[in-house]
Amino acid sequence: MTAFFNEMYQGQQVRAPYAALGDWMQSMPAELRSLKQAEAEQLFRRIGITFAVYGEGGDPDRLIPFDMFPRVFTAGEWSRLERGIKQRAKALNAFLVDVYGRGEIVRAGRIPGNLVYQNAAYEKAVVGIKPPKGVYSHIVGIDLVRTGPDDFFVLEDNCRTPSGVSYMLENREIMMRMFPDLFRANRIEPVDNYPEILRRTLASVAPAKCKGDPTVVILTPGHFNSAYYEHSFLADLMGVELVEGQDLFVEGEFVWMRTTEGPRRVDVIYRRIDDAFIDPLCFRPDSMLGIPGLMDVYRSGGVSICSAPGAGVADDKAVYTFVPEMVRFYLGEEPLLQNVPTWQCGKADDLAHVLDKLPELVVKEVHGSGGYGMLVGPKSSKAEIEAFRARIVADPGNYIAQPTLALSTTPTFVNEGVAPRHVDLRPYCLVGESIELVPGGLTRVALKEGSLVVNSSQGGGVKDTWVLAE
Amino acid sequence: MLSRTADNLYWLARYMERAETTARLLEVGARIALIPSAAGYRNEWDSLLRATGSADGFAARHADASQKNIETYLFFDHDNPSSVAACITRARENGRIVRTALTSQVWDALNTAFQELRSIESARRGVWELSRLTEWTMRHSAMVRGAIEATLLRDAGYDFLNLGYHLERADSTARLMDVKYYVLLPRADFVGTGLDNYQWTTLLRAMSAHRAFHWAYGGEVTAAKIADFLILNPQCPRALITCVQGLNTHLDRLTRAYRRTSTAQAQARVALAGLAEARVDEIFDEGLHEFLTRFIGDMALVGLAIHDSYLSGDMR
Repeated sequence: MTAFFNEMYQGQQVRAPYAALGDWMQSMPAELRSLKQAEAEQLFRRIGITFAVYGEGGDPDRLIPFDMFPRVFTAGEWSRLERGIKQRAKALNAFLVDVYGRGEIVRAGRIPGNLVYQNAAYEKAVVGIKPPKGVYSHIVGIDLVRTGPDDFFVLEDNCRTPSGVSYMLENREIMMRMFPDLFRANRIEPVDNYPEILRRTLASVAPAKCKGDPTVVILTPGHFNSAYYEHSFLADLMGVELVEGQDLFVEGEFVWMRTTEGPRRVDVIYRRIDDAFIDPLCFRPDSMLGIPGLMDVYRSGGVSICSAPGAGVADDKAVYTFVPEMVRFYLGEEPLLQNVPTWQCGKADDLAHVLDKLPELVVKEVHGSGGYGMLVGPKSSKAEIEAFRARIVADPGNYIAQPTLALSTTPTFVNEGVAPRHVDLRPYCLVGESIELVPGGLTRVALKEGSLVVNSSQGGGVKDTWVLAE
Repeated sequence: MLSRTADNLYWLARYMERAETTARLLEVGARIALIPSAAGYRNEWDSLLRATGSADGFAARHADASQKNIETYLFFDHDNPSSVAACITRARENGRIVRTALTSQVWDALNTAFQELRSIESARRGVWELSRLTEWTMRHSAMVRGAIEATLLRDAGYDFLNLGYHLERADSTARLMDVKYYVLLPRADFVGTGLDNYQWTTLLRAMSAHRAFHWAYGGEVTAAKIADFLILNPQCPRALITCVQGLNTHLDRLTRAYRRTSTAQAQARVALAGLAEARVDEIFDEGLHEFLTRFIGDMALVGLAIHDSYLSGDMR
């Protein structure tokens, strides 16, 4: 079995970032720990952070398990990550502007045209539109995994509406409430200015027709959505209205919201609903969530939509392979973050390799998310592998495969005490007039021993993520 | 403020107030059931069910008005829109939708009530006796109300919450009086008899106004004094005039904040002027039932006007 990189220990030595946590861990007997854990759980429940999982049924007010053991980065580690993340966010946006414009990268033969233009996420309705400040994806969530002290890999990019940032903020809030001493003893970079930076980012991409202070809103599918808590949480912290489709209407060349004082103009919409649902006149006619005529206003520069319709083509799992190429092509730089080697099952050579090595690989659906529809070869039974093989053969173009990465572990509280569990990281990069990244992110942890699947829908939990000040 | 948000706040308040009214009814009903009376145990429950507008719904689900059945229907039954469980669940759902318009204290109070309700519902029946259920409801309703008063920004949202509270309370006071008067004592020659006084005292208890009444009036309990207290005395927190005064206060605040008058405000003013000039003997001359019917109708119109003026989102 592979040796996994443990972020806290190097042999018997405690690595520098975790120096202060050894004593803390020792000073917490089992009773105190379960007391604290119960306290944390109650705080989460009272605040109302719950997570409903699509298709699983059960308790809609289920909590995401919160692990109190923080995950720590040094200032040096973080600054390297930060540069890599910003570079990637910049390249992804340059790519989007390009492929909805002249398509230079395709003309130059650096990425196959059919992968872009035949892509289900490519939005013909926005061809030729250059959104304000040339930004399509304003919130880029980049999923990273670590395999060694200096080895970080990008697992996937999320250019549409990455969720989970409320956990980053609430995890920190709860840790500060429960363990103030830890924060006095360690110099931990704050993350609580995220909502303010997000608001500034959104305001900075107001449309040209907006004079004066732009009115920003968050558009939610409604309170039955599993991420509704996050939508309302962000609206609250930014001091903007949380609207549903029914609250907005189009009249003249603008979008308006229905208020108790009559209609009020809306300039920037941070939407948390998919492209397909934002305008029934332009996309799905059966959508009840959207605003008829919104796209016309958008096209004529009366409103900004964040992320811009069409941004999804950049985070497609097949396009992902070419992101390092984008960095080289648009920025003339070498990518600072590596991709995971990826095989496209749609290609005959790759397919043969994948089918041959199936028990060793991770296979994902191109458009899947949330840890559904994937195969983790080394963790699956023969029967599961064979069943999945049949699915791949039936529709190879729908699958990509990657080697099973030796995900790093961090200490995690488990029933028996403290044990290493696998983690990933999602930082949230904000792109507007400038590119910003708060020092932190969402660390997800696979709570089951040996499990490599960190998705909350598959038994994953979350941790507070610290970046130490220099 | 979004019209939809205002609507959610307004209904949050109405549901919380309704949960409290139902709990009070349950308490008073249980109390009466302990005392032998000429009117009979069954009639009492029936009149209380009528007050919540749920007599027919109850009859459709339960054969006899035993305390257990009443408790099931008025506290636990989610299909009864006036049950405590249904009201608290909906109030919390409305609150969840407009989480951003509430302080964390208000949300906390609402959410705690809901979480505790869930554990009450999952406990074996009988573990929570009736008096604990009603006390629990009133305590949480007071906590939500208190959190609103103590922490909420005095913006339009505060006004819409209060409009909901006052309108619901005006309606429930009027209905309670109407039921007591009309169903139990249709004949005028009963008025003033001992039985009548007993029924009226029950009414005071239903509004937790029993002691307050004695402080305010003293002496013999008479129909005229009770009607005065519950309709015209601005000291009584559930009196019709207090509720209508509250409606006026908050509609006036909205008018000033928005610099725009509304039909709702005009109607509430007329209602208040009517009550301010009314005297108890005049009300009895008109007929208490007729007076209350008219009042309930007026309040329904105010509710409609509030919807059209602020909550529908269709005004330009």
